[in-house]
Amino acid sequence: MTAALGMFLLFVLITLGITYWAARRSHGAAAFFTASRRITGWQNGVAVAGDYMSAASFLGIAGLIAFFGYDGFMFSVGWLVAYLTVLLVVAEPLRNAGKYTMADVLAYRLNPRPVRATAALSTITVSTFYMIAQMVGAGALVTLLLGSSHVSYEAAVIGVGVLMIIYVVFGGMLATTWVQIIKAILLMGGTILLSLLVLAHFGWSLGGFFEAVTRVSYHDKGVLVTKNFLEPGLRYNATNHGALDLISLGMALVFGTAGLPHILVRFYTVPDAKTARVSVVWAMVLIGSFYIMTTFLGFGAATIVGRDFIAGHGGNNMSAPLLAQALGGDIFFAFIAAIAFATILAVVAGLTISASTSFAHDFYTAVIHKGTERKPGEEVRVARVTAFVVGAVAIAIAILLGKDANVAFLVALAFAVAASANLPVIVLSLFWKRFNTTGAVLGLAVGLIASLALIIVGPSIMKVDPPGVAASARHLIQHAPIFPLENPGILSIPLGFLAAILGTLFSRESHAEARFAELSVRANTGLGAEKASSQ
Amino acid sequence: MATDNPNRPEDPTPFVAAPTDVVPLTHQAPKPAHERTADEEAGVIDWEKLAASERFRDLLKAKKRFVVPAMIFFVAYYFALPVLIGYARPFMEKRVLGPVNLAYLFALSQFFMAWIIAWLYVRAAARFDRMAKDVVTRPREQE
Repeated sequence: MTAALGMFLLFVLITLGITYWAARRSHGAAAFFTASRRITGWQNGVAVAGDYMSAASFLGIAGLIAFFGYDGFMFSVGWLVAYLTVLLVVAEPLRNAGKYTMADVLAYRLNPRPVRATAALSTITVSTFYMIAQMVGAGALVTLLLGSSHVSYEAAVIGVGVLMIIYVVFGGMLATTWVQIIKAILLMGGTILLSLLVLAHFGWSLGGFFEAVTRVSYHDKGVLVTKNFLEPGLRYNATNHGALDLISLGMALVFGTAGLPHILVRFYTVPDAKTARVSVVWAMVLIGSFYIMTTFLGFGAATIVGRDFIAGHGGNNMSAPLLAQALGGDIFFAFIAAIAFATILAVVAGLTISASTSFAHDFYTAVIHKGTERKPGEEVRVARVTAFVVGAVAIAIAILLGKDANVAFLVALAFAVAASANLPVIVLSLFWKRFNTTGAVLGLAVGLIASLALIIVGPSIMKVDPPGVAASARHLIQHAPIFPLENPGILSIPLGFLAAILGTLFSRESHAEARFAELSVRANTGLGAEKASSQ
Repeated sequence: MATDNPNRPEDPTPFVAAPTDVVPLTHQAPKPAHERTADEEAGVIDWEKLAASERFRDLLKAKKRFVVPAMIFFVAYYFALPVLIGYARPFMEKRVLGPVNLAYLFALSQFFMAWIIAWLYVRAAARFDRMAKDVVTRPREQE
C-alpha cells in the first residue's frame, strides 16, 4: 500500500503548491470569491466537470452498475442530461445578473434581506449535507485504500478536512478551481485507461464484452444465480415502486443540477456569459464521455472481478479500484485509489467555498449588516472564518456518524433541495414578472422542508432492518416507511413550485414588478454585468 | 452665473477651477461602456425603454422559439426512458444489436441527444449574441 500512500502524498504536495501560488496571486473579494472572473471557458468547463464528478459518481455509480447492472447505468444518464437545464436556462442569465451567489439574482428585484437569508440557509444546507456524505465516504475510502492498519477512519477524515480548509482559506476560488481541473484530468485519464484495459481483456471485442455482461453469475442469499446485467429491474422493480423512484430520481437530477450552489458559483469565475456557455459545453463533453465509460467500469467490475469478490473486499464502492487491481496490478490500484482521493478532496473544497461565499456575502454582509462592509475586506475575512467553521463542523459530524453510516441519502437530499427549493425561485425570478418576495421565501422554505421531511419519512431513514445488521449501519428510525420512495423529487419539486406561485399570488409587490425590466435586459444582454478584474 | 442687468454683457471671468483651469488627472469624458461598473451603470441606462424596444422583444422571442421546444423535447425524451423501463419492460428487453438490448441503446442515445441539443443551442446562441449586441449598442435607431 506504500505506492498508494506515495501517490496520495504527491497529489497533496502538488495541490498545496497550487494553493501557495494562488494565495500569492489573489487579493481582494473578486479574487477570493470568483478568481477575478478570469478563468477561461475550457478551464471552467473542466472545473465544472471536476466539481460534479464526485466520489459518488466515480466509485458509487461504478459500484451500482457492478451490483445492479442496467439500473445503475440509469444514474449515469440523468447526470449528463441535467446539464441541458444548466445550459438552456440558468448559466448565462446567472452570470449576467449576479455577482457572487445565486441569491444575487433573486435579490435584484426582491426584498434582499428575507430572500438572501432563506437562500443562504438553503445553500448552506445543500452544501453541508453533500459535504458530510463526501467526508464519511472519504474516511471509509482512505482507510480501505491504505489499509486500516496504516490510517484510522478519524485520521483520514481529519486529514481530508484540514486539506480542504487549507485550499479554500488560503487559495480561495483560484486554488479551488485548479484543484478541480487537475482532479478532472486525472479522473478522465484514469477512466479512459481503465476502460481500455477492460476492452483489451475482452480481446478488443465490444460484442464479446456485452456478451459477457448478459451472463453474470453471483451468489444471492447463498444461491448461485446468473443474470443478464443489461436488463433493467435488479434494483428498481415492481416490488419497491421502482419506476416511480427512477422518475423521481430523474426529476431531482434534471432540475436539481441547475440549483446546486457549488455548480452555480462556477459561472461567476468566467469573464462573461458567452464564456459561461462555452464552459457548460466543455463540461458536457467531459461529463458525457465519463458517464458513457461507466459502462466499462461497472460492467467490467461485474464480469471480470465479480460481485461476490467485491462484496467480500470492501463492498460496492470498491468496484472500480478492485477492477484496476485485477487488470493492472497494485501500482494501477494505487493510481486509481489516488484519483478517488483527489476526487473527494476537490469536491469538498468546491462545496466549502460555495457555503462560505453564501454565508459571508448573503448572510453576514447583506442580512446582518444591510449590504455594506464595515471594513474593507471584511467579507473575505468572514468567508475564510466560515470555511474554517464549516470544515470543522463537517469533520466533527463525519467522525460522530462513523464510517459505516448510511449516508448515500444525503446526496439524494442535496439534489432534492436544489431542485425543489433553489431552481423554482431562480427560474420564476428570471422569467415571471409578477414574482415577488413572499413567493421566493415561501418557495425556498417549502422546497427545503418538503425535501427534508420526505427523506426522513422515506426508506432511506425510516425502515425496519432485518436482525443482524450492524448498529452503525441501521436505519435511524425503525418503522415502516411512510413515503415509499428514496427520492422525494416527484412530490417536493411540484410543492416548491406551488408554494412559490401561491405565495406570489397572495401578495403584491410593485417594486419587484417595476425592476423586472432591468433584470430581464441585464440577464439577456449582459449589459452592466460584473467585469473581470485585473490582478 | 446669471447677470441681473440684461443689458450688461456676460461676465467673461472664468470660474475658479472651471474644467479648463485644471489638468484632468484622467479622461473626463464618460467612461466607455466596458469600463463602467455595475453600480455606475445603474443610473445611466433607461432599462424600461430598452426592455420595451423592438430589438429586445425580438431577442426574447428568438430565444423563446429555441429554448422552449428544446426543453420540452429533452424532458420528454429523457423521461421516456424511466417510463418505458418501468411500464414496458418486455419491449425494452428486446435484443436489437447482438446481445445489446433496446433499453441500453435508448439509454446510450440520451448522451448523444444531450450533445446534439447543446451543439444546436451553441449555434443558435451565436445569433442571440449578435441580437443582444444590437440591443445594447444601437438602442435608439428604431425610434
